Amino acid sequence: MTGTTLGSKAAPVRFDGVSKVFGKDVVAVDSIDLQVDAGKLVTLLGPSGCGKTTTLRMIAGLEMASSGRILIGDRDVTRLPATDRDVSMVFQSYALFPHMSVLENVMYGLTFSGFVKEEARNRAMQGLDLVGLKGFDTRLPSELSGGQQQRVAVARALVLEPQVLLFDEPLSNLDAKLRRQVREDIRAIQQDLGLTVVYVTHDQEEALAVSDEIVVMRNAAIAQIGTPRQLYDAPNDRFVADFIGEANLLHCEIVSVEGDEATIDIEGYRHRLPARGLPPGPATIAVRPSRLVIGRDEGVPATVAKATYVGVRMEYTLTGGFGQVFAVHDDVDTPLEPGTEVHMGFATRGPVLLPDED
Amino acid sequence: MRAVSSEKTTPPVLVFWIAAGWIGFCLFPWYMLEDGLWSFGWLFDGYPFDEDYAPALFLVGQGEKLWLAPLLIPLALPLLVLRRPKSDPAYARILILSGALGIVWIIAQGFGIGIRGFTYDWLTALFGELDDRQYGMGYGAMICATAFLFLFTQGIAARGAINGDVFVVSAIGGVIAIVTAFVFFPIARMLFAAFITEDGAYSIAVFFSKFFDDRLWGLGCLSGTRCGAAWNSLFLAILVGFITTVLGLAFALVVTRSGFRHKRALRALTVLPIITPPFVIGLALILLFGLSGTVSEAVAEAFGIQPTRWLYGLPGVLIAQTLAFTPIAFLVLIGVVEGVSPSMEEAAQTLRANKWQTFRTVSLPLMRPGLANAFLLGFIESMADFGNPLVLGGNFDVLSTEIFFAIVGAQYDQGRAAVLAMVLLFFTLSAFYAQRMWLGKKSYTTVTGKGDAGVHPVMPRGLSIPVHCVVISWALFTVIVYGMIVYGSLVELWGVNNTLTFKHYVTAFSIGMTEHGLHWSGAAWDSFWTTIMIAAIAAPLTAAVGLVTAYLLTRQSFAGKNAFEFGTMLSFAIPGTVIGVSYILAFNVPPIEITGTGIILVISFIFRNMPVGVRAGIASMSQLDRSLDESSLTLGANSWQTFRKVILPLLRPAILAALVYSFVRAMTAISAVIFLVSAEYDMATSYIIGRVENNDYGLAIAYSTTLIFVMLAAVGLLQLLVGRVRIGRRMHHATERPA
Repeated sequence: MTGTTLGSKAAPVRFDGVSKVFGKDVVAVDSIDLQVDAGKLVTLLGPSGCGKTTTLRMIAGLEMASSGRILIGDRDVTRLPATDRDVSMVFQSYALFPHMSVLENVMYGLTFSGFVKEEARNRAMQGLDLVGLKGFDTRLPSELSGGQQQRVAVARALVLEPQVLLFDEPLSNLDAKLRRQVREDIRAIQQDLGLTVVYVTHDQEEALAVSDEIVVMRNAAIAQIGTPRQLYDAPNDRFVADFIGEANLLHCEIVSVEGDEATIDIEGYRHRLPARGLPPGPATIAVRPSRLVIGRDEGVPATVAKATYVGVRMEYTLTGGFGQVFAVHDDVDTPLEPGTEVHMGFATRGPVLLPDED
Repeated sequence: MRAVSSEKTTPPVLVFWIAAGWIGFCLFPWYMLEDGLWSFGWLFDGYPFDEDYAPALFLVGQGEKLWLAPLLIPLALPLLVLRRPKSDPAYARILILSGALGIVWIIAQGFGIGIRGFTYDWLTALFGELDDRQYGMGYGAMICATAFLFLFTQGIAARGAINGDVFVVSAIGGVIAIVTAFVFFPIARMLFAAFITEDGAYSIAVFFSKFFDDRLWGLGCLSGTRCGAAWNSLFLAILVGFITTVLGLAFALVVTRSGFRHKRALRALTVLPIITPPFVIGLALILLFGLSGTVSEAVAEAFGIQPTRWLYGLPGVLIAQTLAFTPIAFLVLIGVVEGVSPSMEEAAQTLRANKWQTFRTVSLPLMRPGLANAFLLGFIESMADFGNPLVLGGNFDVLSTEIFFAIVGAQYDQGRAAVLAMVLLFFTLSAFYAQRMWLGKKSYTTVTGKGDAGVHPVMPRGLSIPVHCVVISWALFTVIVYGMIVYGSLVELWGVNNTLTFKHYVTAFSIGMTEHGLHWSGAAWDSFWTTIMIAAIAAPLTAAVGLVTAYLLTRQSFAGKNAFEFGTMLSFAIPGTVIGVSYILAFNVPPIEITGTGIILVISFIFRNMPVGVRAGIASMSQLDRSLDESSLTLGANSWQTFRKVILPLLRPAILAALVYSFVRAMTAISAVIFLVSAEYDMATSYIIGRVENNDYGLAIAYSTTLIFVMLAAVGLLQLLVGRVRIGRRMHHATERPA
C-alpha cells in the first residue's frame, strides 16, 4: 500500500426549518430542525411515508428544499446540486453501474474529484480492501452476491472521503443473517474512520444497534431525537414508545406527585415512578413486555389468555379490566397455563409515564 | 475538494462558447457559400476581404453590412463575467442579457434585411431605401447564433433553473431552438403563405377563395362527377384505418390465440413496412392488375373481357395502402392482445362464460382502446401517404398529391399548396391529438411486473375459422405482391416480353473499368450514393437529438415539460408533403436559405424521424433505475458526465436501433424528399418515381428491389449486432471470472 490512507473529512450537518413540498400541497417534510454532529452515526427512523428518505435526499442534493437552510460544515448547501456537494450515498438498490467492473465502479467518483489515475486506483483498491473485497476488482457487479454488491456500494462512497456519508435502507435487500453482519461492519468502519453518517431505516432494531443518535419521524415531522437508550427508556409519546420496541400502553391515574416522583393507580394497584413533569390526573403508562412482573399476590388482577413457548422464553397474553397486554417471562420451566388468575405488577425501572393523548 | 474547485474559476464551457462566438464572428464566412464550406475554394478566392466570403468582422471593418456591427456588444459583454464567481447575480444577468440580445439581433436583421434590401415596407419608410442586401446566413452566423443560445442557457442555469444544471438547461434550450427553427417556423411560414395574394399582399379573401374551392370540398361524386380532395382523403383514410385495424386484429389473434404453426412467419410480416419504399406496393399492384397485368390478362383471356383501368383510383390506392399499413396495425395490436391479462379471461371462464362469451364480453372490450389506437395510426398513415396515390391515384385526387401538383405542376400556386397542407395538417393533427389526449389515459392493458400466470384462451371456433381464412389469404396475397416485385425486376418488358433478364439491374448498377479505376456507370449510382450519404449523415444526428430529448423527458422535470413533449412528438403527425411544402416556402429565402442543398434533406430527415429516436430512447431509458443516475451524481459526476458515462453505455442497443431505423426510414422516404431534391442531390426514391412517370417500370422495380434488400441487410445487421451486444457481455463474464 502507498502512503495515503483513507481518512475522513467528517463535517456536521444542520437543518434550519427545512420543508419540502411536492407539487402544490403534498408536504413531505414539514419545517424540521436537526443537528448531526461530526463523526456521529445518526439514524432517521419512521414508518414509510414519514419523510425520512426525503430528508436524506435533501442532504444529498437529490431533492431541493422548498424552504429553510441546510448546512454541511460551515457551508450553506441549500441550493447546491448533488454534484457540487461533498456527500456520497449508498442506495437501497446499490445502483452499481452494470457496465463497469468493481474497480471502475469504485474509481468512478474519484476520477471526477481531480485525482490522477494512479492515485484514484490506489484509493479504490484501499477502499475495496477496507470492505473485505480484495481481489474482486475485475469482476462485474452481476458476478457478485448481494452482500458483496452492497460492500462495493459502500466502498464506492467511502473512498471519496465525503463530509457526510448517507445510507438509504442499505440492508433491506439482504437476508436476515447477513443483515446483522453488514450492519456491524458498517458501524465498525464508521467508528474507525470517524465518519459522519446519516442512515435511513424503518427497522427499529437496526436503528438501535448502529446509532449514536436516532431521529424518529412521523407525518413529515420529527417525533423525538435521542440516543437509543433515551428513546427506549424514555419515549416522549405513545407513537415513539410503540414504534421503538414493543410497549404496552395502559391508562392510569396519577394520584400524587412528590418532587419528580409520581404515584399511579390502576385498579387499586399503586406504583411509583418518575413523574416527567406530568400533573396529577389521567395519564398513560408505557411498559415493555419484559418489565411486567407476573405474580400471585401484588398487582392488577389479570387472566392468562394465551401462553406461547418460543424457546428462550415464554410469551404471555394477559387480559383484564385494562384491556390486553403482552408479557415475556424468562422462566420456561414452570409455565403458566391459560386461564390462570394472576396479578400483574411493574418492575421498578423501565415503565414510563406519558401524557394522555385523547 | 470537488466543491471548492467549481466556485472560483470560470467554467470551461463558458470560455468555450465565448470563444466560439468570436470565432464565428471573426473567422468563418458569415454568409452561405455557393460551393459549400468544405470545398475550401473560398480560402484562396479573396478571403477574408471578398464580400461573399468575408467574416462579419471584416465586413464591418470595411464599412459593409454595418447592421452586423451591434453584434459586437453581446459578444463583448460576456468577457466581463470571466473573473466573477458563478454566485454573483451579475454573472447570470450579463449572460442572459448578451445571449438574448445576440439571438434577437441575429433574427431581427436576418428577417429585416433580405435580397432586396429591407424586407418590410415600414423599415424602408423608417430608414429610407437600403442600397445593400444580404443572402442566407452561413457557418459564421450559425456558430455565432449557437454561441449566443448557449450563453443564454448558461445564464439561465446560473440563476438557479434546474438546480443550476448547465447541461440540462442547454440541452432543453438547444432542442427548443432547433424544433422551433425547423418545425414550427416552416409550418408558420406556410400558414402565412396561404394568405398571400399574387402581388405579395396579405388578404383573408385569398385564403377563403382557395379554401372553399370546389376541388377541395366538392361533393360531385354523389351526383356522378368528382369529389373534392379533402373528402376523398378523409373517406380513404377512414376506410384504410378500419380495414387495417380489422386485418391487424385478425393477425394478432392468430399469433397469440390459436394453435397456428407458422406464427414466426406471420411475425416476420411486421418488418415489411419498415423496409419497403412506400410506392413499391403500388408498382407491384400495377404489375398484377394493371392494363397489362398478369391477373388482368389471365382474366381477359378466360372470360374474354377487355381489361379496364379499374385499378387506377380509389380501389388501387385502397388495396395498396391496406397492404402497406396492415403490418403496422398488426404490430400495435400484438402488444394490445398480449397485454390483456390472461387472469381476467380465466376469471370470466370460471364465472361460467363460454369461450365466445368471454371473448365478446371481456377480451374485446379490454382491447377497445388499442383498436382505436390502431385505427388512428392507419388513418394518419393513409392521410400522409404520398407514394401510392401518386402511382395509382388516377383521377382520384387526395390532399397529399394535390399539394405536390399545386407546387410542382403547371399551376405553381404556393397559396393553394399552403391551404391544402393546412387542411391535411388539420386532419392528421386532430387524429394525433385524439390519440394522445383521449387514448393516452385509457389503456386497459397494464403490465404490472407482478407475475401473471395464466394462458390466453384459444379463440372460439366460430371466430377462429373466418379469422384464419382472412389471415392466410391476406398473408398469401402479401407474399405474391412481394414476389411480383422481385419477379418484375427480372422481366424484359412487363406484359409484352416476358423473357427473364438482368438488363434493368445492369442499366441501373453497372460498374465499368476505365484507366482511372472503377467507374460507376449505372444510371442509379448517383442517386444511390447520395441517398446512402444523406441517410448516413442524418441517422446519427437523428439518434442524438432523439436520445437527448428522451433523456430530458424521462429524467428531468422542468416547467412546460408537457408542451415540450407535445412539440417534439408533433413532427410525427405532420405529413411529409406538408414538411416538404413548408420547407420550400421557409428555406428558399434568407435568412436560412438552404433549398437545393444536401443540408435541407438531412434536416428534413432529422425532424421527420426524430419521434422514432425519442420513443426508442424513452422505452429503454425508463428501464434504467433512476438510482443509477442519482448515485453517479452523488459521486461527483455532473449531469453531462452521468449521461455520457452511465446512461449512454447502458443504452447501446437502443442507440443502435435508433441509428438503423432512422437510416432505413431516411432511405425509404419520399413524401418530403420529392419537394426538396435537386439535380445535385437526387434521392433514390425520387429517382424511382421519375422512372415510373416515364413508364420505365423495369428500372424502377429493379431499383426498388435493390433498396429492399439493402434495407433488409441493414435491419438484419442490427438484429445481429444487438444480439451480439448481449452475448458479448455474457461471454465477458465467463472469461473474467477468476478460476
